Amino acid sequence: MNVDQMELVLDHYKNPRNSGTLSNADFSHEEGIPSCGDKIRIDIKVSDDKIVEAKFCGKGCAISQAAASILTEMIQGMDLNSIKDMDGQQFLETLGVNISPIRYKCALLALKVLKTGVFGDNSFEYEH
Amino acid sequence: MEKVINKLPSFNAYEIRSDFPIFSRKVNGKPLIYLDNAATSQKPRRVIDGLKSYYENNNSNIHRGVHTLSYESTVMYEDAHKKVAGFIGASDWKEIVFTRNATESLNLIAYSWGLHNLDKGDEVLISIMEHHSNIVPWQMLCQARGIVLKFIDVDEKGNLDLESFERLLTDKTRVVSIIHVSNVLGVVNPINYISKKTREQGAILIIDAAQSVPHINLNVKELDCDFLVASGHKMLGPTGIGFLYGKKALLESMEPFLFGGDMISTVTKEKSTWNELPWKYEAGTPNIAGGIGLGLAIDYLENIGLEQIEEHESELLDYTLNNLKQLPWLEIYTPLEGQRVGVVSFNVKGVHPHDVAGVMDEDGIAVRSGHHCTQPLMNRLNIEYALRASFYLYNTKEEIDQFLISLKRAYKIFKR
Ligand SMILES: Cc1ncc(COP(=O)(O)O)c(C=O)c1O
Repeated sequence: MNVDQMELVLDHYKNPRNSGTLSNADFSHEEGIPSCGDKIRIDIKVSDDKIVEAKFCGKGCAISQAAASILTEMIQGMDLNSIKDMDGQQFLETLGVNISPIRYKCALLALKVLKTGVFGDNSFEYEH
Repeated sequence: MEKVINKLPSFNAYEIRSDFPIFSRKVNGKPLIYLDNAATSQKPRRVIDGLKSYYENNNSNIHRGVHTLSYESTVMYEDAHKKVAGFIGASDWKEIVFTRNATESLNLIAYSWGLHNLDKGDEVLISIMEHHSNIVPWQMLCQARGIVLKFIDVDEKGNLDLESFERLLTDKTRVVSIIHVSNVLGVVNPINYISKKTREQGAILIIDAAQSVPHINLNVKELDCDFLVASGHKMLGPTGIGFLYGKKALLESMEPFLFGGDMISTVTKEKSTWNELPWKYEAGTPNIAGGIGLGLAIDYLENIGLEQIEEHESELLDYTLNNLKQLPWLEIYTPLEGQRVGVVSFNVKGVHPHDVAGVMDEDGIAVRSGHHCTQPLMNRLNIEYALRASFYLYNTKEEIDQFLISLKRAYKIFKR
């Protein structure tokens, strides 16, 4: 972890965007990491195959929670299909943090929750 | 002129550090500050070199050979059992069984003794502060034998609740299996009292000494226990070697846990008889080098003296707690008084321990964050995870100062 590079993450950690749930969500999914207790739920509302609203809630470390906030911001207005193409490596780069591989799971939890929620189990695997 | 008496300090953590090659490395450009000793300890040169020397000069399989190397290996491996026996005050080295670790030792007891001696309705009494390794094997017996598992509580301060112990200890209790030193709270449980009460009930007493054997001088006869387990890797020895102490009469009466070579006396097509102790419980080629390495670790510890290590850790612990308790943004789980080893568990309120540990890692400091394989205890404390700093003979006050600086830095970064 290099704190100097964490501006974006810290900002989203301290001021989470899109926090909450949607009562009329088209997709809603929650997952956690048993070893560290992190949990994230993402709700999205879709219209014409586009994401019109995304919300998240959860608990855990700064990295996992900030990543969820950043992700929900990124996907507003996006085509559902383009979510399929989002890959972990790219998302890590977006976060702009230099974290040890041990914590990739925290950083990628939100993306896993999103993809699994929309496309079902096994649509996202943590890479090593 | 005044006469200056130059009294050499008998215990010097700075000198001790130079025996541990790992302290010459850096982590993230900073000198390594290793405060994760409850997970595993570092290894002195004597152990590392001893392993190398064994493989270079003596390596052979034990017992079966007539040749010189086999004889040497056998003697070295047996001697390691003798060193463990001496270290924990067992009168006979045949009461020492080498296993992979404390976990395997506890499983051995559950399978070899538990499966054959426990029946439906029998109660096994453990505590809420047990490591998973002293919970899950008993849960297996709940399924297999219908035994009832009961948990001694902790009190508000984080000490074992002796009232709860006495309430739960009944004539149905067949086993009390208890952690000697908590790997989270650092408290030393009053085994003498527990063993006296357990004896009065006629139950057997098992002690999980994984966190006590490395840090405090103990004696199985004074503790008056039936079994005691520990892991070599937490006491300066290699990974993959641990031990079980068991009273001879018990070990002799029990069935083996693993079956195969070395553990037999005779084998016919129909049946087999068992080898003498401790080999009856050490099926297959054991971790010979690991056992020898553990023996060398014990030599090293004995040379320094457990009392000195205990005192050093106690100073570090007081120093750390006195500093930590000044910080209102912390929640501390380790009791502030009583007999404890060098383990401090705490949380920065509202901040996930992984985030704090991540900042510390950046500063070259190794602390552990997580549930520490004690989920029932975490639950009891109403938390999911905690940070833990744990000390050993080579840690210094300067390292703790760095740890405190890093902790404050983490707080500043993550506080909301
Ligand atoms: C109190 C206690 N018991 C048992 C164990 C299990 O040790 P091992 O993983 O070496 O089997 C540990 C290790 O953390 C421990 O702290």
